[in-house]
Amino acid sequence: MAELVTLTIDGKQITAEKGTLVIEAAKKIGIEIPAFCYYEGYSLQAACRMCLVEVEKMPKLQPGCTLPAAEGMVVMTDSPKVVEARKSTLEFLLTNHPLDCPVCDKGGECELQDMVFRYGAGESRFTEIKHHANEKQWSPMVYYDPARCILCYRCIRVCDEGLGVGALGLTHRGVHAEITPSNGDHLECDECGMCIDICPVGALTSGSYRYKSRPWEMNHVGTICAHCSNGCKTTLSIRNGEIMRANNRDQSGINGEFLCAKGRFGYDFVHSEERLQTPLVRKDGELVEASWSEALALVAKKFGDVKAKGGKFGVVGSARTTNEEAYYLQKFARQGLGTANIDHRRSGDVASLLNALAGKRDALATVADLYTTKAALVIGSDLSQQHPLLAFQLRANYRHHGSSTYTVTRGPVREDSYAARSIRFEAGDEIGALDQLREDLSKHASVVILFGDSVKGGDVAKLVAFGDSLGVGVKYVCLMDYSNSRGAWDMGLTHEYGPGYEAAEQRGLSLPEMLAAKDLDVFWAVGANPLADAELGSNDAFVVVQELFLTETARRADVVLPAASAYEKNGTVTNTCGEVQRLKAGAKVMGVKTDLEIMGLLAKEMGLDLGIWTPEKVFEEIRRTVRGYNVQLPIIVTGGAAPTQPVSGQLAVLPDVSLVRSAEDTLFTSGSLGRYSKMLNAAMEAPGKLYKE
Amino acid sequence: MIGNYPTGRQKGALIPMLLYAQDEIGQITEELIDEVSKRLSVNRVEIEEVLGYYTMLHREKRGKHHVQICTNVSCMLRGGEELWEHACGKLGIGNKQTTADGSVSLEEVECIGACSWAPAILVNYDFHFNVTPESLDALIEGLRTKQ
Amino acid sequence: MLLNQPHPLETRVLTRRFEYPQKNPIWVDEFVAKQGYEGFRKALGMSPDEIIEEVKKSSLRGRGGAGFPTGLKWSFVDRKSSKPKYVVVNGDEGEPGTCKDRVLIEHDPHRLIEGCLICARAIGAERGWVYIRGEYRFHIDILDKAIAEAYERGYLGENILGSGMTFHLSTHTGAGSYECGEESALLESLEGKRGNPRLKPPFPATVGAFQCPTTVNNVETFCAVPDILLNGGDWYHALGTPKNGGTRMVCLSGHINNPGVYEVPLGFNMKRLIEEIGGGVWKGRKLKAVIPGGSSSPILTADEVDIPADYDSLAKAGSMLGSGATMVCDETTDMVKLLARVMKFYAHESCGWCIPCREGTAWLAKILARMDEGAGMTRDIDMIDQLATSMFGRTFCALGDAAAMPTMSIVRKFRNEFEAKIGSTEVFVPAPGTQPLVVL
Ligand SMILES: Cc1cc2nc3c(=O)[nH]c(=O)nc-3n(C[C@H](O)[C@H](O)[C@H](O)COP(=O)(O)O)c2cc1C
Ligand code: SF4
Ligand code: SF4
Ligand code: SF4
Ligand code: FES
Repeated sequence: MAELVTLTIDGKQITAEKGTLVIEAAKKIGIEIPAFCYYEGYSLQAACRMCLVEVEKMPKLQPGCTLPAAEGMVVMTDSPKVVEARKSTLEFLLTNHPLDCPVCDKGGECELQDMVFRYGAGESRFTEIKHHANEKQWSPMVYYDPARCILCYRCIRVCDEGLGVGALGLTHRGVHAEITPSNGDHLECDECGMCIDICPVGALTSGSYRYKSRPWEMNHVGTICAHCSNGCKTTLSIRNGEIMRANNRDQSGINGEFLCAKGRFGYDFVHSEERLQTPLVRKDGELVEASWSEALALVAKKFGDVKAKGGKFGVVGSARTTNEEAYYLQKFARQGLGTANIDHRRSGDVASLLNALAGKRDALATVADLYTTKAALVIGSDLSQQHPLLAFQLRANYRHHGSSTYTVTRGPVREDSYAARSIRFEAGDEIGALDQLREDLSKHASVVILFGDSVKGGDVAKLVAFGDSLGVGVKYVCLMDYSNSRGAWDMGLTHEYGPGYEAAEQRGLSLPEMLAAKDLDVFWAVGANPLADAELGSNDAFVVVQELFLTETARRADVVLPAASAYEKNGTVTNTCGEVQRLKAGAKVMGVKTDLEIMGLLAKEMGLDLGIWTPEKVFEEIRRTVRGYNVQLPIIVTGGAAPTQPVSGQLAVLPDVSLVRSAEDTLFTSGSLGRYSKMLNAAMEAPGKLYKE
Repeated sequence: MIGNYPTGRQKGALIPMLLYAQDEIGQITEELIDEVSKRLSVNRVEIEEVLGYYTMLHREKRGKHHVQICTNVSCMLRGGEELWEHACGKLGIGNKQTTADGSVSLEEVECIGACSWAPAILVNYDFHFNVTPESLDALIEGLRTKQ
Repeated sequence: MLLNQPHPLETRVLTRRFEYPQKNPIWVDEFVAKQGYEGFRKALGMSPDEIIEEVKKSSLRGRGGAGFPTGLKWSFVDRKSSKPKYVVVNGDEGEPGTCKDRVLIEHDPHRLIEGCLICARAIGAERGWVYIRGEYRFHIDILDKAIAEAYERGYLGENILGSGMTFHLSTHTGAGSYECGEESALLESLEGKRGNPRLKPPFPATVGAFQCPTTVNNVETFCAVPDILLNGGDWYHALGTPKNGGTRMVCLSGHINNPGVYEVPLGFNMKRLIEEIGGGVWKGRKLKAVIPGGSSSPILTADEVDIPADYDSLAKAGSMLGSGATMVCDETTDMVKLLARVMKFYAHESCGWCIPCREGTAWLAKILARMDEGAGMTRDIDMIDQLATSMFGRTFCALGDAAAMPTMSIVRKFRNEFEAKIGSTEVFVPAPGTQPLVVL
């Protein structure tokens, strides 16, 4: 237990751990000490001098951001001397600031504006010529305006300490000092835009948002990122149904301050000119536009006919649609169409993990656990590329708590730079490699093991046995690809399992089997693009595709139904750690319908009774019927993440693990969806090319 | 040079390495940056940080003879500023500029630690003390003919 | 190249081996023949605590500017730490008006090496660096040669003089930055980074060069140590005044007949220094003011200079002994121009890390340049004082103070000269009490 000290701030007594920074101690009793360079969780700078406070018995004003609380200390945060110092610091700061607030992206959300409003003098005595430097484009994502920069060094620290990228530095000196990017005149980096977010002023601006809108003209909708499986909250800022930007404005998600390039810039697929906005129906071999009623009637009739004659369906679901949609789809297939042929593309073997963890409680790690665990073991994944939030959490844990990370990967990964130990292995040998780490790992009170797609089936069981043998608390994360990869399994979008991993009444065809089958009558793909890298074996199959874009699969379709994206709908998704979170509709795109609505309308057209198809009603059914999903509703509706409980007993059937394969997306790819994001594509092309003059 | 710094701290050699290499090449070039970055395993941005900071490191080419005239207080009190004006006039160039023939460049510098023998100037690394406009003329003539 | 003739009023300790006119640097043979490395030999027979005690007794204070007691500083070094300890010599000599470290290195380089060895012995260091400003390449070459000699003769390296002691020393060049003279910025520079100062605490004694316990001292400070060991701390102390022991180097510059670098006891009267050693103000003119300790020190008027030049007396007079740079201004000196030049320097050298110094120096430099050109406004004068006051004590490192102190003193003591510069050319001057030009 750390020593406690009692100090007085503005006449109020407070007891705090010895060494607590005065700025933090003050915050605890509701006293704000203004600061630019201080940023909780990052290294101390004491550079902006906004936080100067008066301390009894100290002749000089002291920076509250670095002053440790001491017994009997008497601090004044608003004495005349302090007030005067703040005024003068702001006056100094504004001397070379362009004051182009009326056109600045940050206007209305700018910490400098707020500071001047609250603590400034209201006038400037500066009448000299301002120092000026021109704005620069560093990458498709990041622009830098040195004139606006107040040199708080937050961007440098978040990039270096937070992400381990270290792409930003400081060059020149005095009033000429400015931030400099990794490659002389341009950036080669993760393009996460964290630097933009953390910038208190409008010095760093986003390539996709700059000069587009004013913050107060937009509605801000917090939802879950449509891309990877980590489940970051991203706040969409919407004007007239159009997404103007995405960031993490309120930092209330499991990702805290984190967001990667996909979450921040990868939303632009929503308004892509390639979006499908009317149903398409094949006539004389060509896909032509049709009305919703015509298209739905056609599909309903075909489905009804094939069902009536006992024909063969193949149904493919998505790792990106909501839990409600996945659940409804499998219900539609199994109950409505009477087929067992349902599957989706799986990217991690969570079923074997749940099976191996049977009987254990709390054995699945949450995103938050990664920040508190004493140790983490990463097996077979380039975490910083594929699971950026999880990587960020581990790094923050190391920075703040000195936790240990171990990596067992085929090639070098970024985590190696701070890892306690890194082991390289030959493909397929990762479990064997673990023995080398047994001793190290068993020294830590808690361990989280994260594993990629190369650990599956029997290996997962071995991994859990290894975890058990450590004799310490071990939790697991099965790493998967997309925003609802986990939910797709849980909701029963596999040919082996119904919802909650109940063995399917009848084991149908797997996805590769459907593709290979020569006699499919109907092939129905909902938010999936299996034909991207495969052929459909059955030439005569009637193909129905619900999609955002005219993908390879959609091109083969007989009817294409334009679907809404994750940013246009309500519902829930489950991240790779098994946490359920809520999607909130933000954007509006004309002509499309959510997959749930499409299915509901089809059911109605076919006269099926599959229940009400609103997301709320379906989620209610999921909570009632799907094992592990009886989550606390208040957590979900308030925008929190509710962990699901793993199945309690052993699974009746084992999964078909040959089907598990990750797409190995990078920071800038995101399966078929990523292909329609101009920003993500620009990032891939940019390094060293586009912006080098 | 790297051996002068603790193991793993070879970055300590960065500034000396850049300066000594610049002395030979004449300026900081992209190739030099790449080479130093490899040798000391430092990132490009770490080099960029120091290049902008230290006034003696420069990317632009300078004259064969880089004439640095101090105009700081001690020199100013004894005619440093007049010397500076004189040099600019004589050479027809300004601060950080080079004569057309590339022989001489000029820079107005801060105190060069020769205050008791002011006004003082530096030509590359050679000090000249108690300089007068006349002795400066002679010096510059000498430099230009020396080429 | 000690260009000035030595003066009989000097007390020559650090400069005792110097000859005039100078021939070559004193290389190792001559050095050893003249008691060189004898202080170190003595130190080898002493315990670290005894060495530090001797230095404390000498009352030697840092000659780099801040005047911190050297023995005390050495005693702070965390000798019990399992990390290596380092000796760092501050030879950045950037303070305008200062040119003494170069003289010491140029004439008697082994004296500095010997001082480092004694310090290394006292704090348990096995490695050291002499950080020398980049412009002093000539001096770096001399010291490099002396270091090579010392290695050759077994004064540096392993098992020094058979004592089992190890100490390695090398030079490290700066590359043009005044701020790198500030000790923590110097350490950053030594590590290959920008010369941005570090947060203190921790002080270098606990976390210094390469994150290890370190002592940083000025060249002159180290050069004083060999004779302290040789003749005892008491002997050295007795050379100065009771509270301020020893001798110090002064660099006389500006409007004076015999500018030069001299060694005088602490407490030597400032007026006599100028008149007797310096030969008085040049061209038969009258004295107007003296900057007593480098451009960072508050200015003294002619009436204020009849005082002993030591740490305490100068502090009492509202200034500081600083780096020993004594700049003399005659009656013709334009104080606005002088301050404008001083501020141009600080604006140029501000590392830019903190707001008050970065923006304050630049702003002041602009106002002063404008005033100097005759385009001053009435309100400028008070504003100069206010801006400097706003910087003072609020910046991250002492460079901000260094810029503020001369400003406040000059604008207050020579206000009339500033007033005289107002409105002498046609410029827009808002009448008092009008709206500010920029309203936020
Ligand atoms: C802006 C600034 C510049 C400095 N420049 C020098 C310098 O050039 N040489 C020096 O020895 N000390 C300089 N100092 C003082 C050093 O920070 C430090 O106090 C000194 O090296 C300690 O050595 P000493 O105790 O022997 O004086 C400077 C300080 C400041 C704030
Ligand atoms: S976008 Fe991300 S990785 Fe790139 S510089 Fe900014 S913080 Fe660093
Ligand atoms: S760009 Fe923004 S975050 Fe970075 S130093 Fe400037 S003001 Fe701070
Ligand atoms: S980590 Fe994944 S979920 Fe989070 S912002 Fe990035 S792409 Fe989206
Ligand atoms: S917050 Fe303390 S100096 Fe910036």
